[in-house]
Amino acid sequence: MTTKKIGSELVSALVTTLWFVVLLFPFLVMKVNVTSGKAIVIFRWSALPMLAVTTFVLSFAWSRALEWNDHRGDKTPVRTPLTAVREFIHRALAQKSIRRTALAALMTVVVAYPFVLGMYHTNIMITALIYVILALGLNIVVGLGGLLNLGYAAFFAVGAYTYGLLWRYAGPAFVAAGINTGWLFWIALPTAGILATLFGILLSLPVLRLRGDYLAIITLAFGEIVRMVLQNSGDVTGGATGISLIPRPWFFNLRLPPSQAATYIYYIVLVLVIMTIFVVRRIEDSRVGRALEAMREDEIACEAMGIDLVRNKLSTFALGAFWAGIAGVILAAQTTYINPDSFTLWESIMVLMAIVIGGTGSIPGAIGGAMLLKLLPEYFRPLAQYRMLIYGIAMIIIIIFKPDGLFPRNRKKYTFVEKSPSDAGSGAVQ
Amino acid sequence: MDYFLKLFLSGTAKGSIYALIALGYTMVYGIVQLINFAHGEVYMLGGFTALIVGGYLFMLGMPVWAVLVLSILASIVFSAAFGFTIERLAYRPLRNKPRLSALISAIGISMILQNFVMLAQTEKYLSFPSYLPELTFLLPVREYINSTQFIILVTTSVIMVFLTALIKFTRIGKAMRATAQDKGMAQLVGVNINQVISVTFIIGSALAAVGGVLICSYMGQINYYIGFVAGIKAFVAAVLGGIGSIPGAVLGSFILGWTESLGTGYISSDYEDAFAFIILILILILKPDGILGKNQKQKV
Repeated sequence: MTTKKIGSELVSALVTTLWFVVLLFPFLVMKVNVTSGKAIVIFRWSALPMLAVTTFVLSFAWSRALEWNDHRGDKTPVRTPLTAVREFIHRALAQKSIRRTALAALMTVVVAYPFVLGMYHTNIMITALIYVILALGLNIVVGLGGLLNLGYAAFFAVGAYTYGLLWRYAGPAFVAAGINTGWLFWIALPTAGILATLFGILLSLPVLRLRGDYLAIITLAFGEIVRMVLQNSGDVTGGATGISLIPRPWFFNLRLPPSQAATYIYYIVLVLVIMTIFVVRRIEDSRVGRALEAMREDEIACEAMGIDLVRNKLSTFALGAFWAGIAGVILAAQTTYINPDSFTLWESIMVLMAIVIGGTGSIPGAIGGAMLLKLLPEYFRPLAQYRMLIYGIAMIIIIIFKPDGLFPRNRKKYTFVEKSPSDAGSGAVQ
Repeated sequence: MDYFLKLFLSGTAKGSIYALIALGYTMVYGIVQLINFAHGEVYMLGGFTALIVGGYLFMLGMPVWAVLVLSILASIVFSAAFGFTIERLAYRPLRNKPRLSALISAIGISMILQNFVMLAQTEKYLSFPSYLPELTFLLPVREYINSTQFIILVTTSVIMVFLTALIKFTRIGKAMRATAQDKGMAQLVGVNINQVISVTFIIGSALAAVGGVLICSYMGQINYYIGFVAGIKAFVAAVLGGIGSIPGAVLGSFILGWTESLGTGYISSDYEDAFAFIILILILILKPDGILGKNQKQKV
């Protein structure tokens, strides 16, 4: 790169800096407070140099990054140590014995987790695993089906409230009959799955004709309506105060102290996560999964190939909703308390973010994204108030520079092997 | 009847504010087919700029009318600059990518702006001093319409007339319509698409700023979160009227304003926000292209 080019870029970075300093001045340097109807403005001049330096560096980096992004397809990819490591891992995992050992090691770590790290970390991990289930479920809808669902938290709420309401209305009867209330969890789990699926079908009926942005906005509306109904029908759902003292799952008639109860829930959620991964994997390669992907790529071409779009969309929403319902029951069991505030639009957006950051349509992506999003803030408490700001920035950077996400999907590749001319015409598809 | 008239007028005032925000949505959607999720945030920034600048000018001892004019001007300029910057930063790099990408980027921008204002200013509700004058000639009908509502109505009407004229009769308006119809073709006949899109964002954001100042004066308070709900409602209004259509956005906004106001007056105020979503769902089921939207055939 020539010095002249660097010079011109520095000048443009300076102009950008000036622009941002002026633009952000009233917000970063001035601070307003209103007391008894009069606005009082104070100046924080110390923010000014910081703002200028940060913008200068960032604008320079941003323009370089954009240029790199535009031209990175032009040259052959550079081999970095990272790609070498990645290739090595891929080659190693291709061997069955190594793959099995790695899986066994991973399972050991996962199973030993609550005993090694204790209750605090186990509870955090449960929350993260609930998000993994949610992300995997939404991944069917958004990643495979390409239908942007911004009301996913509604199904999560359906699941949690199934358990909550079951406890509220059937709980006293259980207590009176002397049956352990921990049974309710096992009744709620399948019921919530089925109810959430029904809700998914219910929602997909009106949206069958819509596509893209309209779909996103109508699911958003649906999610908000569900939350408002929960909030305002206080007689039935407890309103804004929610439902409390929800029992933990039953375990062979033992009364578990909280720490062991957490371990127990951890194992339940773990089994469910593994089940989800298994089912989603099977769906991905099944007839349904491929039909979904075809629909994502092009609805019209897909319909022309004889795929029933209506049935496809119905099954997408139903499948996605099922897992959210399951996750909802676990949330209610873990926190023993639910209220409508846990199911806002931001909850839906968080799950969506997990998928986008991890990699849309990728199972490792959904798992990794959900773990990152839920575990990082727990261990970076001092940054807690900047969390959403950082998420927003991360989302934009990833969607611009790494649209496939951090853990992109390895799509099945089919290669055409050309045979020697002697047996021409019998090319094989592998 | 009295009660109905009151509700109707307050619905009209509400609807005209929604219209100011919905116009920005619909213009941007018409040209780049993007749901600009961050549009509501721009409106919130507009309100905050007016509060900050106005507060400072008032502290300097300026007369009220000067504070009013200058703070509205500042809010328009800053919001327009924000709109321009957002488009350059977050949408332009994604212009030829799948539409979902830009939508996600828009959600990201929305989160950034909300949290930026929350961290840089405050998370509390601040009361918004009303600089709008009290109109004495409205005193006899004060029970039905107060001066803030009247000013909102007049301002919105004037702006709408100007906007229609701008799009119908000026050069840039023609370029905008051409870009909305067919970007490639517009480029071929010499329209600078980037410039047109920037101008669209600037105009939309300026309108949102006016809406921001007006609604904050009307409600008397401001908070970093107000943009989100208002933005979604304005979007509902735009979809209701047929997104991409300017008269549609205005019509949709009024329908939304009336529904909300009559719904809260006659049914229940708990569900104020739900009415918007329920009519949205009904409209999309019955007439997916909105009231004034054109029915577009999907082509391969």
